[in-house]
Amino acid sequence: MSETNGHGELPDETPDETPAGPHRVIGTPPPAEARTLLGGREPDGDRPAPRELPADPADLRKAKVAERLVAACFIVAMLAGIGFIAAYIGLEVHSVDAVLRSNLALGTSLSVAFLGLAFGATIWVRHLMPEVEITEARKPLASPAEDRAAFAETFTEGADASQFAKRPLLRRTLIAATLPIAVAPIVLLRDMGPLPGTSLRHTVWRKGLRLVEDVSNTPIRPADFSSPGGMITVIPEGYQDDDDALAKAATIIIKFAPGELQHPTVLNWTVDGIVAYSKICTHVGCPVSLYEQTTHHILCPCHQSTFNAPKGAQVIFGPAARPLPQLPITTDAEGYLVAQSDFHEPVGPSFWERG
Amino acid sequence: MANRALDGVGGFLDDRFRGAKSFRTLFKKIFPDHWTFLLGEIALYCFIILLLTGTFLTFFFQPSMTDVIYHGSYTHLDGIRMSEAYASTLNISFDVRGGLLMRQIHHWAADLFMAAIFAHMLRIFFTGAYRKPREVNWLIGIVLLTLGMLEGLFGYSLPDDLLSGAGLRILEGVMQSIPIVGTYLAFFLFGGAFPGHLIIPRLYILHVLLIPGLILALITAHLFIMFHQKHTQMPGKGRTDKNVVGAPLYPYFMAKTGAFFFFTFAALALASTFAQINPVWLYGPYTPVAMSAGSQPDFYMGMLEGALRVMVPWEWNVAGHTFSFNVFLPALLPLGIIFTAAALWPFIEQWITGDKREHHVNDRPRNAPTRTALGMAVITFYGVLWLEGANDIIADHLNIALYTTTRIAQVSMFVAPVLAYIITKRICLGLQRKDLHLLEHGVETGIIRQMPSGEFIEITRPVSEEEQAKLAFPARPPGLPAPDSADENGIPAPGTRGAIGKVRARLNTILTESVELPGSNGHTNGHGADGHGADGHGADGSGQAQDEPEHAAVPAGGVPDGSQEIAPGAGQADSGSSGDDAPDQ
Repeated sequence: MSETNGHGELPDETPDETPAGPHRVIGTPPPAEARTLLGGREPDGDRPAPRELPADPADLRKAKVAERLVAACFIVAMLAGIGFIAAYIGLEVHSVDAVLRSNLALGTSLSVAFLGLAFGATIWVRHLMPEVEITEARKPLASPAEDRAAFAETFTEGADASQFAKRPLLRRTLIAATLPIAVAPIVLLRDMGPLPGTSLRHTVWRKGLRLVEDVSNTPIRPADFSSPGGMITVIPEGYQDDDDALAKAATIIIKFAPGELQHPTVLNWTVDGIVAYSKICTHVGCPVSLYEQTTHHILCPCHQSTFNAPKGAQVIFGPAARPLPQLPITTDAEGYLVAQSDFHEPVGPSFWERG
Repeated sequence: MANRALDGVGGFLDDRFRGAKSFRTLFKKIFPDHWTFLLGEIALYCFIILLLTGTFLTFFFQPSMTDVIYHGSYTHLDGIRMSEAYASTLNISFDVRGGLLMRQIHHWAADLFMAAIFAHMLRIFFTGAYRKPREVNWLIGIVLLTLGMLEGLFGYSLPDDLLSGAGLRILEGVMQSIPIVGTYLAFFLFGGAFPGHLIIPRLYILHVLLIPGLILALITAHLFIMFHQKHTQMPGKGRTDKNVVGAPLYPYFMAKTGAFFFFTFAALALASTFAQINPVWLYGPYTPVAMSAGSQPDFYMGMLEGALRVMVPWEWNVAGHTFSFNVFLPALLPLGIIFTAAALWPFIEQWITGDKREHHVNDRPRNAPTRTALGMAVITFYGVLWLEGANDIIADHLNIALYTTTRIAQVSMFVAPVLAYIITKRICLGLQRKDLHLLEHGVETGIIRQMPSGEFIEITRPVSEEEQAKLAFPARPPGLPAPDSADENGIPAPGTRGAIGKVRARLNTILTESVELPGSNGHTNGHGADGHGADGHGADGSGQAQDEPEHAAVPAGGVPDGSQEIAPGAGQADSGSSGDDAPDQ
């Protein structure tokens, strides 16, 4: 049996049919004449069907070379696979350098292993398997008319037998029964979150709450600014670990030279040329993190909405439709910057109920 | 030995499942070959690799937004407050052997998955492979693309780093902008105001169970339908709408596709080894207070990002309610229109052309100039917005003012698609004329001969049968009845009546504009054989044309009888100059 297999021929041991031809002892190969390609069986069992796939490639000498190449590829893949396991065992991680070393070793060995397999298999298909081009007829996709008619008949019979068409009361009550059940899963989602209420209109800023510098969490005195300059990110004191509060309350302060601040900036809400705006972009809520000192432009890095800092943070470019809300600030008894109140309008992106 | 194994195992299985016949049919199934057919396979294999690497990542990832103070191996972030999700991502990267590699393969595979889907769908579109009977699979493909985008967005949001957190912030802003229900949608998804403590666990379960489950189910349906309807094929010799030409599944396609899986995995492993992707440790944990410049989402979201950037600040406040046209229009409209139009296109095209036939041989894109031009227009529109999504990077690298890039995009998103349409259509028609020339006059050989009469001619070699079959295939749609045309009883043909009929006829003229190639309009591609005595002539010539090994029959279409008389005298097939029915002379 092994020699027939060597020619790529498959046996016809398809157990779903009774063996054709003469009876034989179970476990012995069938007579050669009874064998046909791919297990197909001639009904009379007297002649094998012609091969559809040639057993060997056209150029056997080339095939020999290809065989060696494929084997070499597979050996490389095997060695690389071993290398992968060795790298896993041998190389520790736990530091940036060690991780990079490990990643290089694991990744390279994995790549080579797969490349070896890929090239090996490709050469195998292209140079060892004999070339074939087989034409297969397409069957029409649509069923023959009689099959359709028969199906329609079966369907109608079933519908009649079910009484579904004849008894509208049953039909309508069934539909009525399923509708609430179908809506129920959507209702169930109601508790996914609270209703917005007025939560988008408020932040944690309140009268007397100190502005502290982000990261260092230190309060700020107007005197700390030696001269007009850059933009400082501030947060409400005590909220440095509360992301929900910070997502609305993050604020920027900028100091201007006397006379630089103009309408519509509310000057009563500034201290010594220091103005505070919401840091949350009115477009879709990114923190406006870039500030160009020479032009006094505040720029959102996400979609480049640009706000004119000395003029009430009005939009001068980009997709944002509204200026950054201004936070009213003053100083407390100790001279630190504090809020006069919350923002007077909702911060951040627009929402339907904002108005 | 092998046969005994087949007896044993095969027998065991067949005794129980009766599979011999169906598996034989399966093994003999024919798969046509063309390099573009591999694009869908790349997507499939990426999905498998995503499942494998993703499963590994779930063993270590903690989808939790609980605050922790980090004290792990990445000392730069020591003592920093972060979510457990971010901390466990650092842990996967720095403390799990192979973790960084798996993370990077997972991310690269997601990008390649989406890229392969895009390329695959473009191939389907430009070759007309979506036509009857494959419209349903085209629709499944569009759903898969949409799911893939969501899956990717949710996936890269999970590490809860600064970059992806900003992405979620934008998602929240976009949801809030939707009229009437937007605020509620955002609050329900995030479990309250942004960021809350629920979004990561919720995205996690969508990312690892629900969406992959849907994708898996749809891929299965996609493949079964493809399998049942059989693959399309590119035009070529002996290929018709009634057959499929190629190599059988077993062993050819199995081996090829296996090799291709290994190539895909190798490419991803190489990329993940040598090209760093998503180094979340450099971005830092998410904080709503900070954002870095040069923030781009993964490429498949770039078009939406660009649409947000290119939009003008248009917002209405009406009766206490806000219409944020500046946000929800760009977020929903461009991609919504493209996907909807793509989904409807097979049916629109059928209506316009009246072509209800099955198509199994693909079009070469040039042979459907209007469709190809429309496709290029959409690609250009998408491309402009996609580039605008990285306009800060472009402005930086090309030294263009930032606002200029946006202004260019605002203009070119309307102008460039029109130009692309016109240019593409001209190119297609030009390529068709080139094909026609080849078919009618053959390939120029560069050999000049002097005729007995003293005339000089250039020798041309007839195109081979293979090429001819490829060039001449286009099965043109049947013509529509003229608008308001009536049959003998005065009843107008359906679909031709009134204004709609006129529009349809006009669209038909535009959509079917094409150069007539021989063999079109229902002729089969066997026309090479019925030429004006060409076969005999080929035999005559062969003795005299040692320098022309491929000397053979001239394709009949373009060779008038007159040249047949001259040619034998010259010992050559075709003068290349006497085709009086060639339109371009």
